[in-house]
This record gives sequence, structure tokens and C-alpha cells, in this order.
Amino acid sequence: MLTPVLSDNWDQINAWQLSSYQRTGGYDALRTALAMQPADVVTAVKDSGLRGRGGAGFPTGMKWSFIPQDNPKPKYLVVNADESEPGTCKDIPLMMASPHTLVEGVIISSYAIRASVAFIYVRGEVLHVIRRLQQAVQEAKDAGFIGTNILGTGYDLDVVVHAGAGAYICGEETALLDSLEGRRGQPRLRPPFPAVAGLYGCPTVINNVESIASVPAIIKNGADWFSSMGTEKSKGMTLYSLSGHVTRPGQYEAPMGITLRQLIDLAGGVREGHELKFWTPGGSSTPLLTAEHLDVPLDYEGVGSVGSMLGTKALQIFDETTCVVRAVLRWTEFYKHESCGKCTPCREGTWWLVQILERLEHGKGTEADLATLLDLCENITGRSFCALADGATAPISSSIQHFKDEYLAHFEHGGCPFDPMASTVFATAGASA
Amino acid sequence: MANDHATATNVPVPYSTGDSAITETTIAEMRELAARYPVGRSALLPMLHLVQSVEGRVTPEGIEACADVLGLTGAEVSAVATFYTMYKRRPVGEYHVGVCTNTLCAVMGGDLIFERLKSHLDVGNDETTEDGKITLEHIECNAACDYAPVVTVNWEFFDDMTPQSATQLVDDLREGTEVKSPRGATICSWREAERVLAGFPDGRADEGPTGGKASLAGLRLARERNWTAPNGAAGSSNAAAAAESTVSPEAAAGPRPSDQPGKESQAVNGNDSRKED
Repeated sequence: MLTPVLSDNWDQINAWQLSSYQRTGGYDALRTALAMQPADVVTAVKDSGLRGRGGAGFPTGMKWSFIPQDNPKPKYLVVNADESEPGTCKDIPLMMASPHTLVEGVIISSYAIRASVAFIYVRGEVLHVIRRLQQAVQEAKDAGFIGTNILGTGYDLDVVVHAGAGAYICGEETALLDSLEGRRGQPRLRPPFPAVAGLYGCPTVINNVESIASVPAIIKNGADWFSSMGTEKSKGMTLYSLSGHVTRPGQYEAPMGITLRQLIDLAGGVREGHELKFWTPGGSSTPLLTAEHLDVPLDYEGVGSVGSMLGTKALQIFDETTCVVRAVLRWTEFYKHESCGKCTPCREGTWWLVQILERLEHGKGTEADLATLLDLCENITGRSFCALADGATAPISSSIQHFKDEYLAHFEHGGCPFDPMASTVFATAGASA
Repeated sequence: MANDHATATNVPVPYSTGDSAITETTIAEMRELAARYPVGRSALLPMLHLVQSVEGRVTPEGIEACADVLGLTGAEVSAVATFYTMYKRRPVGEYHVGVCTNTLCAVMGGDLIFERLKSHLDVGNDETTEDGKITLEHIECNAACDYAPVVTVNWEFFDDMTPQSATQLVDDLREGTEVKSPRGATICSWREAERVLAGFPDGRADEGPTGGKASLAGLRLARERNWTAPNGAAGSSNAAAAAESTVSPEAAAGPRPSDQPGKESQAVNGNDSRKED
């Protein structure tokens, strides 16, 4: 049912240290990879069926193959460790517990695309994770895994741990590049795609932490091993993150395609005495789902087929004590705060969305406001450089679709009918709205 | 809330206090940061973290120093400094306390924690207590949702918080009691933390556990039920290695007490039905 691979060493003593990582076979895959041709490493990752774990699900090996090797410019690997999508909490524990899994993946992936410098762009608000990454990179340098003539192969690589400074938008890959160049983090128009003109205008691969961390296991165990897990088009194991109103929230590493019903069961059920009301499959930018979607396979196709997205597999569970209007308003305030201001539909649109939702939550709206909201969402979606604005509209339109009556109840009640204490973890047992 | 507070957000920001602490050493460290990148300007974000570690905020002198080192104008550096939430124009206290009020944490209790701390400390959002000890800010999702509601101190995690445990935490900080993050190190000052973010390690990576209870929830269950990934081409190295090197069944079953220094958040959270074991 569960298949710990990435999380398999998280219970080892001092798992974050090189010596502990090597005790469980760490850096064996690096030796294997360095004995292969770079192109064969790309092929292995392609054959494994690994798809990007940062949300979009783009095939990782294919992304690597877009790097034009005849381009004389330097190539770069950039790891997106800016994990900020609301609900998403998988990369941070991975880097905290076993930063070497990521570092080994970085070295192998850089070798595959023939990069000479790799960057780990980690959000700034996670001090201890940054400490562990800094130490892991230093340990790898001291061991000769990073530097010049790595393990006598003639391959040179430098790895830089780079802390961000608090901007959700920098998780968007082209905004991340601008930020890494020392600028405001604002998305770039594509094309050109980063594979052609990325960091400093050079060919660049940008991958999520979990994607890169999956590479050593693929090299070590084989593409067939990886693709033996998961579903037809969504291969391998992955970290599912359960949070909210479940008995044992946390990280659950399972093959792609497990269902929320199974995961909630593993997590000890929805908190006692309550029932599932709504959930996000992959962070707040993925349309909300409800109890009727409990048996949807959590892979890219399954979640897509019910009108949402797998995203980051950030399963935020909300029970019946949660006001959906309050939840959606708060997410919308977040998108408003994080809109970088570059594109008008997003900068202005998120502002208006918040104002209308505030009115609704406080019981001062009308049914006409719902129509205006949906109209606004339609005018915002797909009209900006990046997907931030699309993400902002997802919880609004999906919540109106599933919970229109609850919006209406706010008008009738003249305010929010929910008790905010009832949804908290410190509500006394049995408390209800 | 805190209308007449000395550092209230409606008070104008001092442009320059004329007592900048930026020295030749700072400039040399800025140059060192710039040299780590193929293009020096990439070091601007780390350099601004360094400015905060020296100045306690982003000062005009700090902006000019960055500009001088990188060959930029002050306006170009300001444009960057004002974009990012972690860069502060007003002096930050010795401890930055963040309360996650994004949806999940808010619903789980973050809103009530934030309200409690505002009244307890008599400050508003992004304001500093009169004694200069604590700056309180509501923060966005900090990637620890499985430990909601989450509070941070100088960007270290404090998990499964309640209004009571949060007030105890800030009281301890103000009184100078040693405080440890349940998933991190002993809390240092905000300026010291900013220096690590700038890229100068403080040698404390080995403090704290691999992860908390939630990080290990799935692994612990897999161990109990003997669930593993299939064997690969390299043999059953994962499972075999784990079986050999895991010190004891107790260690495999979850974080050890020695791995959990600092405050047991569970202890102040006894009514939480999630803490059934």
C-alpha cells in the first residue's frame, strides 16, 4: 500500500548527514550514473516515466532532452525548492530529513544535461532546512562528489544553495529565474522556454525537489522498477501530504493512483466525530473536490478527469465545521498579496475578488455578486503570463459549483453561520457549529 | 490595536538613522557572495539578507552598499528589496514571530492564535513590541501544513500550536529563556538567522531531529505493516539496508525522545484528539 523510497531513510539516526546517507546506499547511484553516457541517463529517466512533481506533471526526461547540446553556452540546472503552494509540505520535510537525496539527484541530473553549475533555490522562510542543505552540499564537496574532476571522471560541477526572500511567485519557474538573477521575481513570456534561454539567457532545466530527488532511485533500481509502480500514464511512487482534519496528518509515500479514501484510512480517518466536507487534491490552486471524489485515483489523469488537477498532491482535508466561504476568501487574499503585479488581470482581478468575497463572507452580498464573481473569474483565467491568476480563480469557481447553498446561507444568516472555534485543533471534543 | 505604538506601521520609516553598522567586513562579505555566482547580481538577494543581519533591517546605507558592489543604482536595488516580504524597512525585533494564517492553518486555529498574540503583545501585524524583543507578523503557508497550526520564530518551526502554547512561547522569548524548535535548533536571534540565509552557515545543522511525527507518519505505518517498495535492479537494498542499520524497532517506529529536544508541543495540546498515541 505504501512504498517508502524517498522517505525510506527518514527514521535513520542523523539521516541528514553524509555518513548516514551512505550507510543506506547513498551516492551508489552517482557512481552508476557517472559510468554511463549523459544521454543514457536522460534515456533512463525518460523510460522511467517520471513526471514533474512540482504540479504540472511534465515528463522530466523529456524536459532534459530539450536542452540543445550543440548550444555553446553553459547549461544550468535549477532546483525549485521554493515550496509555497498552500497545503504543500513535502519538499521541506524531504530536505530537512535527507538533503543528500536531493544533492545526489542534483549531481546526476546536472551530469545528464551537462550543466557545470546547479542552483538549489530554496524559500527563505525555512532556516533549519537551509542549514541542512548548506551542510549537505559542503559534505558532498569534501567527499569529492561536487567540484572538479568528480570521482575521477573529468566532470566538473559547482552547486549553490540560494535562499529566497518570501515571494510565492518565485515558485513559478521563470519568475524564479528572474529572482535568481537578482531581480524582482516576475514571470517571463514564453517562448523562448528556459530550456533554450533560461538563467542568464542560457539553456536551463528547472525541476521540483521531489522530481530531482527521485532520480537516484531510478538510476539505482532501473527505469522498469520505477514504472512498475503507479498507473499507466502516471508512474512511480510519490509523496502525498495529508493535512487538516485527519487523525494523523503527515507524509504518505505511495504509488501514483492511490485514492483519498485509502489515504484517509491510512491516516486514521477524518477527525473523530466529523465528516469530510471538501478537499484540495494538490494545493489551493487546484479546484476543490468533495466526498463524491473519494475514489478518484490520485494520478494526473484521474484527478484531471473530475475537473481538477493533481498538482503537488497536497491533500488539505476540511470537515463540516469549516466555512467554505471563509476558506476561499483567505486563499484569495493570499493570491492578492502574492500577485507580482506584472499582468493587469491578475493584479486588479485578485483585488476585486477579495472585495466581493469579503462582502459575501460578512453576509452583505447578494446572489448577483456570485454571478459577478464567476464573470470576473472567467475574465482573469488564462489572461496572464503565468498560472497564479488561474490558481486564484480555481477555489472560487469550484466552491461556487459545489457549495452555492452555503454562499446563499451567508446572505440569509446575515453573516458567517460557522463558529471559527469548532474547526480548530483545540476545540473541545464534540464541539460543533 | 496598539494605536499609539512606537513602531506602528503608520509611523513613517526613518530614511537613515545615520548609525549604519556596515563596515569593510560587510563589503568584503558581499563581494564573497557575488563571487559565488557566474553573474554577480545573482547575489543580490543573499546580500540583502546580509544587510538585515548587520543592520536589523534594510537600510539606505545597506542598499547603497549592495549597489556599489554590484555596479547597480540604489533605485535598482530598492526595486528588488521592496518586492520581497522578508525584507523589512522597519527595524525588526530580536525575534520575528510568524503566525500562519493561510487557509488551512487559519481554520485549524491560526486566526485565534494570531488574535491572541496581538492582544498579548499589544502590537498589530508587522509591528514590534516596545522592548524591541518581538516582531509579530501573520505569514503565508510555510510548507508545514501537516503540523497546523504553525508558528515560526526566526523562520524555525513550532508545530501544533494553541493560543496558550503560543503565548508561552513569546513569553519565554521575551524573558530570555532558552527556546528550541521541535524541528530545528535552539533559537538564535533574527539577525543571526538572516546571516545563515545570506549564505554563511552557523554550524548548527546537526541540532534537532530528522523530522517530526507527521513527517514520519507514513514511514512508521509502512514499517509496522512491512510495506516496502518493490525490489529493484540493485536488489532489495532499500529494505535490507533499513533493516540492518535501523538501531531498534523503537527507532523505526518514530522519532526518538533524544530527537525531540525542546518543547513537546503535544504537552500543551493535551485535548487534541490527533495526539491519541
